[in-house]
Amino acid sequence: MADLSNAPKPDSAALVDIYRRMLRIERNEDLILATMRKGRLTMPFYSARGQEVIPATVSHFLRDDDQISTIYRGVQDMVAKGMPLRPLWAELAGRVDGTCKGKGGGMHMTDIARGIMVTTGIVGSSMPIANGLAWAAKLDGSDRVVVAYFGDGASNIGAFHESLNLASLWKLPVIFVCANNRFAEHTRYEDGTAVDQISKRAIGHAMPGFTVDGNSADEMYAAVSAAVARARAGEGPTLLECMTFRFRGHVVGDNDKYMTKEEKDAAIAADPLPALRARLVAEGHATEEALAAMQAELEAEVADALEFGLASEVPSLDELRRDVFAEEMPA
Amino acid sequence: MTEMVKMHAVQAINAALHEAMAADPKVIVLGEDIADKEGGGVVGITAGLSTAFGTDRVKSTPIAEQAIMGAAIGAAMAGYKVVAEIMMMNFTTVAMDMIVNHAAKLRFMSGGQTSVPIVIRTLTGAGWQTAGQHSDFLEGWFAHVAGIKVVCPAFPADYKGLMLASIADPDPVMFVEGGGTFFVPHDVPADQGPIPLGKARVMQEGTDLTIVTWSSQSVRSLAAAPALAEAGISAELIDLRTISPWDKETVLASVAKTGRLLIAHEAVKNFGPGAEIAATVNEELFGQLKAPVKRLGGPECAVPFAKNLETAFIVQPADMVEAAKAMMA
Repeated sequence: MADLSNAPKPDSAALVDIYRRMLRIERNEDLILATMRKGRLTMPFYSARGQEVIPATVSHFLRDDDQISTIYRGVQDMVAKGMPLRPLWAELAGRVDGTCKGKGGGMHMTDIARGIMVTTGIVGSSMPIANGLAWAAKLDGSDRVVVAYFGDGASNIGAFHESLNLASLWKLPVIFVCANNRFAEHTRYEDGTAVDQISKRAIGHAMPGFTVDGNSADEMYAAVSAAVARARAGEGPTLLECMTFRFRGHVVGDNDKYMTKEEKDAAIAADPLPALRARLVAEGHATEEALAAMQAELEAEVADALEFGLASEVPSLDELRRDVFAEEMPA
Repeated sequence: MTEMVKMHAVQAINAALHEAMAADPKVIVLGEDIADKEGGGVVGITAGLSTAFGTDRVKSTPIAEQAIMGAAIGAAMAGYKVVAEIMMMNFTTVAMDMIVNHAAKLRFMSGGQTSVPIVIRTLTGAGWQTAGQHSDFLEGWFAHVAGIKVVCPAFPADYKGLMLASIADPDPVMFVEGGGTFFVPHDVPADQGPIPLGKARVMQEGTDLTIVTWSSQSVRSLAAAPALAEAGISAELIDLRTISPWDKETVLASVAKTGRLLIAHEAVKNFGPGAEIAATVNEELFGQLKAPVKRLGGPECAVPFAKNLETAFIVQPADMVEAAKAMMA
């Protein structure tokens, strides 16, 4: 496996930025779940609670013009990339002020102004499209990079292998970010995947591959830094396997019978969010007061977004005829 | 007097690609074996493009249809106009997720933020003894998906004009190349420009019976014309050219005039595109029909290998003449 020992380490500002993105994800998700429980949001929701370090660290290295292609468990990726929460909430609610006018929903959001190009509900499909976005970057002569997010289950589908081969062959500026949360829907990793580490599959496609602790800001920082630098320099793609755990199952409301209580409890006990917060204070990267102010500010942002989203109008029925093609469909 | 050039379909598509790439640096092409190093495509449709425009814009790919379509979709979303070759129409089946769930739907699902201006060029048709996995006409599958247009030309001028229009179109287009239409030279105007999608062409005017066809079946429709005339049937022959959106106006006007409609296609008859046309004519012109709408299409089996079976699978000109006579009886 490739070596990350010389990779840079996050300074105070980087750690605080990563934590802020994590907290924004978590506070936002917390209010989403509370609102679902009240029956004010009706949708399937795929929680990424416990996985926040991954998109927070990836996004720390991304510019506004860098692009992402993500999946149904992707709200955290959008929030980390800086998507404004008002249109996000309106979209979750299926309202006209949603980022997709209420026509995509939480599983399919796009916000091209922030480089959130596609969110797919199909396992494995973020990767082939990421390649095309990266091909365009290369043709444009730009050093922008593209991140393809996916889960461990997606590494067994054909699109994964086709995409890694093409990206490597064409030296595309893509970072393949696999959140390995140990379960493909309800199936344990080892019951669905023959190889013990997904990063080993990078070898077969002639690109660097790393398995890192996806709950460690330090390890993620080192790996993402190297992968983004490689992509920006035109040297090609990298596969990052980020080990993590999802606390709230495949879809909110599913039963957890496929995992043991012990492993879930252990994962929650090692929750990376409070752990990083404690570290920021202990190591002097931030004060308690500053973090409390940060949290209050983020909670106000989320509360405002909820208000805005649920107050927005439902889309007009004319929307059935719009955006099918560039030209509106006849009535 | 417009200057005419003799060319066949392969040359016509090739000419359109050359013109489009020369006119717009955002037009890019990818697919298996398409660059000149690999022979410029298995039948030479992309010959010369990589030499003229470079291998950055004309990229041969691995045999990986999902990767091809994904690359096309992503580049199109980022501002390019992409012509992606899926060598044979049956190979679209291994890229259906990219085509159906993504290319066709991303404009709608993103609320109009993204568009996917791609042309998927694909070859098909029985008659070459390539059997059930290299011959299917699947235009009806794609016509059933909202968000993708389906074009099925038959003649060289249409191939050129419809390809130019497909590349210029802001939405995904499935551009079906019928093997049965290739290699027969026709006159093409030297300055042939884009031909709008969604417009049929009346190949022959008539008053007794309307016959609607496309792609290879339009070639067979013209081949049936002398026998129809000999049988005293004044047939109006319509080449539909675009399957989705199809030219209802032209077809309905013709059937309103003739009172009889025969639809023939190479695709399997069951649940084929002919059913959509027949149902629409039934809804719009029920009281004006002099005979039930008749459909001819492939039998419900895979395209067979044995030459005699393959010949019987295809709706032949004689089958069309026989059906027309029965409708006039």
